[in-house]
Amino acid sequence: MLRYLLEKEFKQFFRNRFLPRLVIALPLIALAVFPLVADMDVKNLSLSVIDSDHSRTSQQMQEKIASSGYFKESGNFADYKSALQSIEKGDADLLLEIPQQFEQSLNRENSGSLMIAANAVNGMQGGLGSAYLSAIIADYNRELIANTQGSAFLPVTAVEVRPLFRFNPNLSYRVFMIPALIAMMLVMICGFLPALNIVSEKENGTIEQVNVTPVSKFTFILSKLIPYWVIGFVVATLCIFTAFVFYGMFPTGSVLPLYIFIAVFVLGFSGFGLVVSNYAKNIQQAIFVMFFFVITLIFISGLYTPFKNMPAWMQMLGNASPLKYFIQVLRMTYLKSATFAEMQHLFYPLCALAVFFNSWAVLSYWKKSA
Amino acid sequence: MSVIKVENLTKHFGNFIAVNNITFQVEKGEIFGFLGVNGAGKTTAMRMLCGLSQPTSGSGTVAGYDIASQSEDVKKHIGYMSQKFALYEDLKVWENMRLYAGIYGVPRSEIPAVIDRMLAALGFESEKNTLVKELPLGWKQKLAFSVSIIHRPEIVFLDEPTGGVDPAARRQFWEFIYKAADEGITVFVTTHYMDEAEYCHRVSIMVDGRIEALDTPARLKQQFSVASMDDVFTKLARKAEGGEQ
Repeated sequence: MLRYLLEKEFKQFFRNRFLPRLVIALPLIALAVFPLVADMDVKNLSLSVIDSDHSRTSQQMQEKIASSGYFKESGNFADYKSALQSIEKGDADLLLEIPQQFEQSLNRENSGSLMIAANAVNGMQGGLGSAYLSAIIADYNRELIANTQGSAFLPVTAVEVRPLFRFNPNLSYRVFMIPALIAMMLVMICGFLPALNIVSEKENGTIEQVNVTPVSKFTFILSKLIPYWVIGFVVATLCIFTAFVFYGMFPTGSVLPLYIFIAVFVLGFSGFGLVVSNYAKNIQQAIFVMFFFVITLIFISGLYTPFKNMPAWMQMLGNASPLKYFIQVLRMTYLKSATFAEMQHLFYPLCALAVFFNSWAVLSYWKKSA
Repeated sequence: MSVIKVENLTKHFGNFIAVNNITFQVEKGEIFGFLGVNGAGKTTAMRMLCGLSQPTSGSGTVAGYDIASQSEDVKKHIGYMSQKFALYEDLKVWENMRLYAGIYGVPRSEIPAVIDRMLAALGFESEKNTLVKELPLGWKQKLAFSVSIIHRPEIVFLDEPTGGVDPAARRQFWEFIYKAADEGITVFVTTHYMDEAEYCHRVSIMVDGRIEALDTPARLKQQFSVASMDDVFTKLARKAEGGEQ
């Protein structure tokens, strides 16, 4: 019986003008374009400079800042007030004030002071921007010391902290984004499509003809689940391929465990979509309910923000989200070369959730109305 | 031998009583007409008999199985054609046939022969590969009927099978119904075309959830001293209007 139902599902899928294209195009576009767009790396900051010193040192320092690539100079201002206006107008993100006799005081007193001011409307950009700027200046300071080594005003060496970033040495945002995008694509396609499937049979009335046959609930749900399972593999493979071609990102670990996890995750999430479809009375309801859950799950599963930053009660909720475990698997496989054994603790909850949602899907499918 | 036995069958939707205490029997091989105006409760009653809707109270058996507790067994022995066309419009004619033949357990090797036989019976040989959505309504209804009896059920339930179909196609449709009855399939059919009621062996007339009359068309006409089923129906329907005032 299952065989005929599956044949029907696949025929309907491939005969649809839109769905097969969506399944191919969405992962390609998302993985090719979104990492460029959704980039939280702080770059191209506009910097206003008030150089009241006009010395060789102040010139060198500005060149050093410009060559870092993080900043572009948006203007030179005569005084603090007009520079501040450029921030207020939104022309500049940061300003750097180099006071008069800066070089002199460096040479004579072995110290000088600078002022950095940052526009903190975007707190993260303001904070990171001023940190980058201080780091560049500190770097310049070290060069200055090195160049004048042996001279009279050699300053005391301060303790220097040099962080080494494990797994993502350049702190590239893309490395963080790409696994999240892969998870997103699977959620969108393998969650929404099943959610729309049963309910559209309800809207078309075709489900009546099936309900009046002796087909079992289990067989029926399985016939709805398996196609999305297969589609899930296609989507995941397309995502992995696109990320590799466009960004050279490929799982550093073995791909086999990743696919085992993909299999369980897609099964669970499609099961969840079917549950929504069973309860929904029409397509509109199904779409909005799915939107609600998908957005909530994305936020509580640590896709874009750290899971551990959430309040404890929210973390409890997050533990019921298959997405939480799956995103960890993706990041561990992409960045840490994790083996199956290292991710085993994520496998069991994911399996449990898949069993839970699919049992629910079978139980909530009613061939008979009350 | 009764293939459908219903006793005091009732269905409530909240405070609304859709089917009110109906009792009747349908004999094997009969063409049983289930008449009533729109909203009289025909479809609700039929859905309970097919195991699509749980009765609020009362009992019934279809093909010997209890409709409340053994509805999945009932489904093995019945065919059903709903009022709204319910085959897959994005599948071809033969693909719909194959799907339902498969679901009802026709052995895989026999399915192509079954499809060919059905296409021949319908005169649909040339439409085998047509998408169902491209068929005219009358053809769709014939296809839906033939799919509903693909597994040679004991009883077939037809819910307004000729709604919106032109007179010539309706007559042809009734020829199919007679042919099915000749093959021993009991036919339970709802309609509100009174000329069709004359084709039934026995009819029941439902008014506001109750069965107000049940007999052969000839005896009903005699009982109400009128010339046609249409007049019988009008008399009963008028009575209902009077009751509502």
